[in-house]
Amino acid sequence: MNLKLIISIAKSLLLARWKQTLVAAIGVTFSITMFITLLGFMTGLNDLLDGLILNRTPHIRLYNEIKPNKNQPVNLAAEYKNGYNFIQSVKSGNARQEIYNSESIMETLQKDSRIAGLSPKIISQIFFNNGTIDITGVVNGIDAVEESRLFHFNEYVTTGNAADISKVPNSIILGKGLAEKMLADIGDVVQLTTTKGERFPLKVVGYFQSGLQDFDKVQSFATIATVQKLMGKPASYITDIQVKLKDIQQAPAIAKEFAKIFETDAEDIQTANAQFETGSFIRTLISYAVGITLLVVAGFGIYNILNMMIYEKMDSIAILKATGFAGKDVKRIFLAIAISIGFFGGLAGLLFGFGLSAFIDQIPFNTAALPTIKTYPINYNPVFYLIGAVFSLITTYFAGWFPSRKASKADPVIIIRGK
Amino acid sequence: MSEKILEAKNINKYFHDPVTVKVLTDINFSVNKGDFVAVTGKSGCGKSTLLYILSTMDTDYEGELLIDGETMRQKKEAQLARVRNEKIGFVFQFHYLLNEFNVLKNVMLPGLKLNKYPAKEVEHRAMEKLKMLGIEKLALKNAAQVSGGEKQRVAIARALINDPHIIMGDEPTGNLDKKNSEIVFDIFKQLAEEFQQTLLIVTHDQGFAEKTHRIIEMEDGRIIR
Repeated sequence: MNLKLIISIAKSLLLARWKQTLVAAIGVTFSITMFITLLGFMTGLNDLLDGLILNRTPHIRLYNEIKPNKNQPVNLAAEYKNGYNFIQSVKSGNARQEIYNSESIMETLQKDSRIAGLSPKIISQIFFNNGTIDITGVVNGIDAVEESRLFHFNEYVTTGNAADISKVPNSIILGKGLAEKMLADIGDVVQLTTTKGERFPLKVVGYFQSGLQDFDKVQSFATIATVQKLMGKPASYITDIQVKLKDIQQAPAIAKEFAKIFETDAEDIQTANAQFETGSFIRTLISYAVGITLLVVAGFGIYNILNMMIYEKMDSIAILKATGFAGKDVKRIFLAIAISIGFFGGLAGLLFGFGLSAFIDQIPFNTAALPTIKTYPINYNPVFYLIGAVFSLITTYFAGWFPSRKASKADPVIIIRGK
Repeated sequence: MSEKILEAKNINKYFHDPVTVKVLTDINFSVNKGDFVAVTGKSGCGKSTLLYILSTMDTDYEGELLIDGETMRQKKEAQLARVRNEKIGFVFQFHYLLNEFNVLKNVMLPGLKLNKYPAKEVEHRAMEKLKMLGIEKLALKNAAQVSGGEKQRVAIARALINDPHIIMGDEPTGNLDKKNSEIVFDIFKQLAEEFQQTLLIVTHDQGFAEKTHRIIEMEDGRIIR
């Protein structure tokens, strides 16, 4: 078919009515702009909120849960094997929180190609002695370098440096809330008591601020070696292995696999933080709904304008048909008009959307809860732009479809005789 | 024996709205190549209705219509459009130029649609037709800016662009003053006599009809002469 001719006719019809066309195109531009901005902003915010937890959360955590043994002795006894044994008052066994054979597990994990990195950790309950008061807290023994690389630990150390805990012997980074409670300045020495009753002095080298206050009121960080010393454990003592995967979506499957191979508990990020997923999902859903509603409204605008244009151009349609243009050609002409409104309106919308996003990205946004954030968060995911582009074409196509069909069905005899 | 361009066999036509009325009864005639035919009759006698059937735009009729020896009965809408494009040129009472285009593009459109020649060639041919009708100066003017008489001449140029077998006119001079009517008539006459162009013109202007080569007179949906 002679597409070039159809497009040139469509272009002439469009330009002859450029004001109407412009209004229709502005409708599309506006909706695409808002669609892009809304999604970019909303997703940026989602990422930020998720980042609060998810960035710091390992994709898979290997640990030993304190829980009653599944294989109670009675079940192992040959004479009771065939019965269903009811056991009451089962207590958790003298379970060790230590991961058995942690060194060889880590060695195996290092070789696994699905894994982006891992960092060992010891979590231990302690008391901070502040004069006569004991404050309950948690000390995390970490590998500061790996922890920073994989879980952005350094970003949350607001005063001091994350690496200092490895440089200064017997040092600790306190949660901001915790430090305020104890009035502990950098360089001060705080006293710790372990659950076993041993006291220990540690030097404060930094403050940690996560944005979650309750978290900051109890947590503190030291090196693995320091915590091992604190607890009187050997150098192989590790309670957690934190794994970061290359593909987060595989976490549940891989967690199951690891739990089986290493005979530990393995928790994946999706299970641990299901509520964040739900929140993000709903926020994204709302943004899409609003964006698509805007587009549909713009679609109705195009529908109206095309309808009007077709009534105005009935004579032209009749003459085109009389001189040999088939209904199909007429339909294509009007579809081309609709789609070009969608195309150019959409293109402008994408540009404006990008501009508006970039502008919002520059607006200062300071909050005590989010130490790393200086401006409003924006996500520039190209997928949004792709969806915007595709939707602008689809909506305008459908908006143009009905008027075009009407134009294609117009009977030239009736129009010409009607004069 | 000259070649039959158009042949109508037993054409009957009814209008169904609001009540069924028979508007054409047993129309039988043929037009040969080179004929200059006028269809006359009083208002409402069915001459325009007949023309729209002959033009293939109206497909709701009984009987047989042959253009260039081919029956139009079984053809689909797109095929009929092709026939109109290739074999029929139209001139209407109300000029019917597309105001969005200039005169030259108006003339070129059916040629571009036919897609038989490249655009350059179509443009060249369109200029020739305009020259032939003495309006080449208007070529680049917007269709809305030319006068009524000139518009009708542009419409004739457009009708000629694909060298149609037949040109059909529906009261082509009905909306023009005497001077312009004469110009248009002279063009038709020239086309018929110099270029052996077949013409079928519906008119109620007896003076116009008298000067053609053959008159088909209609009354109450029948051909009476």
